[in-house]
Amino acid sequence: MSTLLRGGWWTVFIKEVRENLRDRRALGMALLYGPLFGPVLFAVMIGFIVDKRAGDAEKPLAIAVIGAERAPNLVDFLRQQGVAIKAAPADPEIAIREQREAVIIRIGDDYAADWLAGEPARIELLLDESRQETRAVLARVRGLLDGYGGQIASLRLRLRGLDPQIGAPLSIAHRDLSTAQSRGATLLAMLPYFLLLCAFLGGMYLAIDSTAGERERQSLEALMTTAVAPGQIMAGKLAATTLFAIASVITCIVAFQLGIGLVPTEDLGFALSLSPSAAAQVLLLVMPVAFFASAVQTVIASFARSFREAQTYLQFLMVIPSIPSVMLAIAPFKPTAWMLATPLLSQSLLINQIARGETIGSGDLLLCIGGTVLAALATAAFAVRLYRDERLALAV
Amino acid sequence: MIEARHLKRSFGGVAAVKDVSFHAADGRITGLLGPNGAGKTTSLRMLYALLKPDAGTVAIDDIDTQTDPLAARRRLGVLPDSRGLYKRLTARENIEYFGRLQGLDEATLKRQVDELIGALDLRDIEHRQADGFSQGQRVKTAIARALVHAPQNIVLDEPTNGLDVMATRALRQFLRDLRAQGRCIVFSSHVMQEVAALCDHIVVVSAGRVVASGTADELRSLTGESNLEDAFVKVIGSGEGLMS
Repeated sequence: MSTLLRGGWWTVFIKEVRENLRDRRALGMALLYGPLFGPVLFAVMIGFIVDKRAGDAEKPLAIAVIGAERAPNLVDFLRQQGVAIKAAPADPEIAIREQREAVIIRIGDDYAADWLAGEPARIELLLDESRQETRAVLARVRGLLDGYGGQIASLRLRLRGLDPQIGAPLSIAHRDLSTAQSRGATLLAMLPYFLLLCAFLGGMYLAIDSTAGERERQSLEALMTTAVAPGQIMAGKLAATTLFAIASVITCIVAFQLGIGLVPTEDLGFALSLSPSAAAQVLLLVMPVAFFASAVQTVIASFARSFREAQTYLQFLMVIPSIPSVMLAIAPFKPTAWMLATPLLSQSLLINQIARGETIGSGDLLLCIGGTVLAALATAAFAVRLYRDERLALAV
Repeated sequence: MIEARHLKRSFGGVAAVKDVSFHAADGRITGLLGPNGAGKTTSLRMLYALLKPDAGTVAIDDIDTQTDPLAARRRLGVLPDSRGLYKRLTARENIEYFGRLQGLDEATLKRQVDELIGALDLRDIEHRQADGFSQGQRVKTAIARALVHAPQNIVLDEPTNGLDVMATRALRQFLRDLRAQGRCIVFSSHVMQEVAALCDHIVVVSAGRVVASGTADELRSLTGESNLEDAFVKVIGSGEGLMS
């Protein structure tokens, strides 16, 4: 250990950490705004969902019915089920388009005649399916109408002396095998994105400050004239950047854990939890990303001539952590070996699995960590090579 | 002792240094004198192995800078052209950082830093963060960090740039003290008076070549001019860039 610490990288590491700790702006970004942005957004969204669900469930359904007088029994049935029947608006289609009504029931003109003749009586539902909140109302209206239809069908069969079951050749039971935890996991789908973002944000400032920043401040040339090998200098800077990235990730995980504990999930019918062991596993998965992100950012910032230029490049880089999450949201797929070896994508897949309460095979874990560490080492090696180049110090 | 032999270096086809050789002995101050753009900084950068020469060699105490750059740098203290400090570290921390990088143990480090802070009169800014230092304070701190490992050989690129008269005089005395300790000092300047006041040996560089070298007296007798400035103009062939 002592020989390892005498290599110069340790001195560089300590100095970079100390200097960065004195920079309030950088520290705030790495340990406050960056890692807390995700959990706070998450809490706000969950609160919104809880409010909305509670409201939707309690609210009695009020539906406008056109031609209610043509189907008094149906309307009575709906009333008995607790539906408030509203008078039809004069302009039903416009009412839907203007979102004054979610669903309008229109009783067909020939409803009564068809009913008496035993023909299928026509009912139209007016709605705009592209609207989110319509779906819940539609499902409830459909359920009520199907219930009424089924009741009448079995009465008619009975009248003809037939077993009502004849009209129901299939008995469909809907058994949801999702666990409370896996239902909660759909909400936690953002977790990997926020963690990966922290891995990038946490070290971003230091990655710039210790490369482009050091050159801009004109201290790099003096540093390169000391009897410390360029590789050691690079290693120290990279270690400091990685440390801040990891600190950022840890803050984010802890904030999520605390935040999840505050959500009143029992009302929602799903469980949200991140056990300490799951949190530790998540950390184990994301730590190599912190290393990888730091190396990538250090390399990119090394090419920039000034702090500002580096900042511009790295802001584009912030899009990258969102790519796997977007991919998984658009086209969910079953993980294959190459996906599990791909940095960021692999973490997104596995963290989602952890959030669903599934256990992760040690092979998958190894593939994920190994793939990312390898990518990080390759990038770091490239960064070291950059520092051996005289052009780096002189910006020529 | 620093020995530069036939250094040559160009950047993208433009020859910055064509042929620079000189010998800087221990216990002497060697001045690299030349107008702006003569190739002084590039020459010095090859001395401390930041730039690789296209041709030629540099030896620091007989250690070749290309075969063992780290060993050579250990025997070298450098005040480069760019002298930025870490602005969130105090003057003392800036100096200590370089001492640790040069591999000093903590006891030696403390002794050395205390000594330099005293010698360069840095007491009042010792514990102040470098952000907001004046030019003179920056240069003095940069010199202290360059010398923290008590190198035998010292290379200073335009050390008096931006210093006021008092600071310049103090620096001259400091360099004379180092000479008295038997160190080898090389510094560059485009200011004639600077070099004349301080140097035992003057190397005149113009357009990437050494055009003359010797003591001030030797240069005067070489050119037949009684005034050093006239001698200088004569060897570089023009008066351009002479005055600061």
